[in-house]
Amino acid sequence: MNGNIGIAKGRNWFLEGVKACLPTLLGYFSIGFAAGIVEKTAGLSLLEIALLCLLLYAGSAQFILAGMVQTAFSAVAVAVTIFFVNLRHLLFSAALAPYFRGTKPAENFTIGALLTDESFGVASDYASRHGAINEKWMHGLNVTAYLGWFAANMAGALIGQYIESPTAWGMDFALPAMFIGLLVMQMQSRKELSTDITVAVVAAVAAVLFSLLVSSSVGVILATVAAATFGLGVERWKSARKS
Amino acid sequence: MEIRPEILIVILASGIVTLLPRVLPLMVLSRFQLPQVVADWLKHVPVAVMSALIAQSLFLADEKPVAGPTLEMAAALVSFWVAVKTRSLLGTVVAGVACTMALRWLF
Repeated sequence: MNGNIGIAKGRNWFLEGVKACLPTLLGYFSIGFAAGIVEKTAGLSLLEIALLCLLLYAGSAQFILAGMVQTAFSAVAVAVTIFFVNLRHLLFSAALAPYFRGTKPAENFTIGALLTDESFGVASDYASRHGAINEKWMHGLNVTAYLGWFAANMAGALIGQYIESPTAWGMDFALPAMFIGLLVMQMQSRKELSTDITVAVVAAVAAVLFSLLVSSSVGVILATVAAATFGLGVERWKSARKS
Repeated sequence: MEIRPEILIVILASGIVTLLPRVLPLMVLSRFQLPQVVADWLKHVPVAVMSALIAQSLFLADEKPVAGPTLEMAAALVSFWVAVKTRSLLGTVVAGVACTMALRWLF
């Protein structure tokens, strides 16, 4: 990368961010397309799906919302479930904060509002290789993902009208498969496999038990709180034994 | 082609509770640091919540336990294997969906 510093001022950071997003676009498209189909078959109108993508903009949460509005739902139960499902963004936002200390509050708001699992993955990988993130690069990455996600959902919703049973195509499995992918990748990027596996097993068992005892939306929350607390305890116990 | 008020409320409520954790740390963390115990606890949330959601989708149907092994459990095993081997989110999703589709057509 000779002469990199010399041309740094003239670089189109936004366009480079767009380019950095391209490898993940196929992922956004397949999951977004599946989400559009599921949202449409859950009875949401095209306008509602458009609003959902633009205002919520979170894959797993959109699947969950589509599933929950099919039954007699309470807005509070949906929002609480989605809050916990999306709480991981808190960690993404916190992890990226040091790279955007000098950035204007309005720009930090935009960067945070468009954070996703994939954009965080791309950005933290970039940060670890370059030591810094240009805010315009981040906007390029985020806006490309946002528009790609919106387009994929709308395409799924439009074509989904003509697909009689999306389950025959296995589309409903896109969500658990995405969680499996995210879970495995999260575990691989951390160096705490034994603790992580313990937390995952506790969460899985607790999720099934609490879902049977209370309800599935409260079950996720209780299982998460129980497993995270358990993980914290295991970690403290391990470090106490070491010292 | 309309927006029902009750759906709009759900979307807005979900949007706000999703927006806050996305935006707040980026906006305030330069001035405010989370207590270490909170940070350590939060670190486990992603693994816990993903695992809980996977378990629910594999072992429960309509809030009741599923009877015996299902095609989806087989597809999940394939997805786990592909995720570990490829480290690709897209690869995992495509493999999971394709495997589910193939198994449902076969059985």
